[in-house]
Amino acid sequence: MSKKQENKIGLDFKTDWAYAPAPEDTKHITLQKQYDLFIDGKFVKPNSKKYFDTINPATEQKIAEVAEADEKDVDKAVKAARKAFEKWSKISAKERGKYIYRIARLMQERAREFAVIETMNGGKCIRESRDIDVPLAANHFFYNAGWADKLEYAFPNRNPQPLGVAGQIIPWNFPLLMAAWKIAPALAAGNTVVLKPAETTSLTALKLAELFRDSGLPDGVVNIITGAGKTGAAMVNHPDINKIAFTGSTDVGKMIQKSIAGTDKKLTLELGGKAANIIFEDAPIDQAVEGVINGIFFNQGHVCCAGSRLFIQESVADIVIRKLKDRMESLIVGDPMDKNTDIGAINSKEQLLKIQEYIKIGKNEGADFYQSSCAIPSKGYYCRPTLFLNASQSHRIVQEEIFGPVLTIQTFRTIEEVIEKANNIAYGLSAGIWTDKGSKIFNISSKMRAGVVWANTYNKFDPASPFGGYKESGFGREGGLHGLMPYLKF
Amino acid sequence: MATRLEIQKTYKIYIGGQFPRTESGRFYPLKNKKGDIMANICQSSRKDFRNAVVAARGAFGGWSGRAGFNRSQILYRIAEMLEGRKEQFISELILQGLTEKAANDEVSLSVDRLVYYAGWCDKYQAVFSSVNPVASSHFNFSVPEPTGVVAIIAPEESSLLGLVTAIAPVIAGGNSCIVLASESKPLCAVTFAEVLNSSDLPGGVVNILTGSSEELHSHFSSHMDVNALTYYRTNKNEIKTIKENASLNVKRIFIYDKVVLASDKAQSPYLIFDNQEIKTTWHPIENIGSAKAGY
Repeated sequence: MSKKQENKIGLDFKTDWAYAPAPEDTKHITLQKQYDLFIDGKFVKPNSKKYFDTINPATEQKIAEVAEADEKDVDKAVKAARKAFEKWSKISAKERGKYIYRIARLMQERAREFAVIETMNGGKCIRESRDIDVPLAANHFFYNAGWADKLEYAFPNRNPQPLGVAGQIIPWNFPLLMAAWKIAPALAAGNTVVLKPAETTSLTALKLAELFRDSGLPDGVVNIITGAGKTGAAMVNHPDINKIAFTGSTDVGKMIQKSIAGTDKKLTLELGGKAANIIFEDAPIDQAVEGVINGIFFNQGHVCCAGSRLFIQESVADIVIRKLKDRMESLIVGDPMDKNTDIGAINSKEQLLKIQEYIKIGKNEGADFYQSSCAIPSKGYYCRPTLFLNASQSHRIVQEEIFGPVLTIQTFRTIEEVIEKANNIAYGLSAGIWTDKGSKIFNISSKMRAGVVWANTYNKFDPASPFGGYKESGFGREGGLHGLMPYLKF
Repeated sequence: MATRLEIQKTYKIYIGGQFPRTESGRFYPLKNKKGDIMANICQSSRKDFRNAVVAARGAFGGWSGRAGFNRSQILYRIAEMLEGRKEQFISELILQGLTEKAANDEVSLSVDRLVYYAGWCDKYQAVFSSVNPVASSHFNFSVPEPTGVVAIIAPEESSLLGLVTAIAPVIAGGNSCIVLASESKPLCAVTFAEVLNSSDLPGGVVNILTGSSEELHSHFSSHMDVNALTYYRTNKNEIKTIKENASLNVKRIFIYDKVVLASDKAQSPYLIFDNQEIKTTWHPIENIGSAKAGY
């Protein structure tokens, strides 16, 4: 007779009350209509004479034009960096550190401007660019500055020396943060830099170039050139670059590894991921649900270490999924410049199409599709928070990186089963574990073939904490003491 | 009466703790200076390599899960076994062209190098780990973990010391490996496999093939279940192919083309570190309301 008890109370979000708009003020920022290349301490016109539009993905409106660097421009930037290296690597390490400290301070002073431009150009919500991206970027400079004159303590008896010119290519998901966490350790170690931001999100890197110019950093120590894949290829193939540091897709990373095969260039790759986020039955369920939400919907899911594969122990699967759906329903998707927004705009039309394609693939593969019912703006690129229930290990949506707000859910019974499933993938960047049992955390964390393991937390970053992957998620570490190694020779 | 006919040794390869012949049935004759055939050596094939990778992958979990202290004892045991069979290695090295003194030195140094790495098995972790002082309320630490299955193309110029120099840091760090021995000086490699087999080293942790790098380097570097490759030779074309193939599955490649085997610089904890991944773990620290260090 006993009927299965249903959740009759439910959470009703269909009330009349809504958040009033809370838009961040954008009037205080300064943006030019057109941006040139930052080479040898000056903004210079591109040899290519070409410029491309950079837009606001939340409104599809053009913000500015950005120069497209061709091979000659790349060569010019590398020459400037080479010339600057002679001096930069010889000034006292203490002074080098002081330049980097100054950059950190200037960035903190101009934090709000950077945050607003980051949100305008990339679509991420202002809450995240204001509270995470920009402060962390400044912290990376501040942290690494102090290493400049202490490297011999980091690597005793090894006589650490800079490599020379570092070519750095960064993605569009954390434009300023990626620039900072690549430039700061390179400079602290005594290298000079040519950096290329992603073509959809060049603006904060160019604002950073203004900051370098204003900081008195010697000309040519950092050069920032803009462009798309062709510009990146010209950097990778330039004979006078000593090191390539790349963050981006595994496919492009493999191409880079292949194309520098015949050279002595050093390489760091920080590539894709497909992290397992594992909830055990003894986990604090509410915190775990919050962690799962943060794990996959942070930055619209445009995160290489996103917790995109959820594994729930069978006995708690129903309650976790119900709470997850409830929480998803309360997420605010929309104008990234609004301070209440949780999920902003997808970075580009191209990326939105890719996510939509994967959603179609997931439906065809037979996983159960679920989206929150929220409204999304009619203009701009948006995607509702999405779940695929009853996904299987062989599904493409489980094996491939989607890089959007799409979570696959699988259940498991035993620890052995979940370890096997979590590791049975080409990637190995990160993992999450939720349980109240300490010994279980250490057991699982040591068995995850992944470079970063978050236990009872997720998506935490710090300049003192090394970050980077196992297997096809790349090699080399960024951040912390270990993050200095890829920029030194011994 | 004729004098007693000597029993010659059959030199085979070493896969998963067994001594099979190459599945290909191929061999190459090894000759001494006078041109006499000393032995028929297995000309290992791609399939032998693939079988060895399966064995190495199977052994990886158990070996990497051993306590550093236990790995240390096993490496020391290998040194003991090698020391005990010193005379056999010396005579093989002499057969392959070394003087008695040089042969003696090479074996002694090989034993000592194993002891050196035996000592590191439970110590490099402390040297390369860190507790990271993050700004948020989290406990955060980084430790090295073995990369996985490592393919090794050992030095050509040395029969024993090169092999030991290449293998020891890889297994001290908890990896399993497949080693291609010196093609022109393969005798000690096979005999060293017998040493390994009697040293409590689990089968599959070290697999030893004989044959040609020219034939096998592209297979070593393109296999999708190999995590890293170390190369101790100087062939520029092979290096380029290896690095290109490595991109298929983002293999870690280490080229040690300038190593002087007899030098102390040929042994270092940093050679262990090369085949390690750094794992960083985060956990929240509870912040209780107004709790402060109040005593």
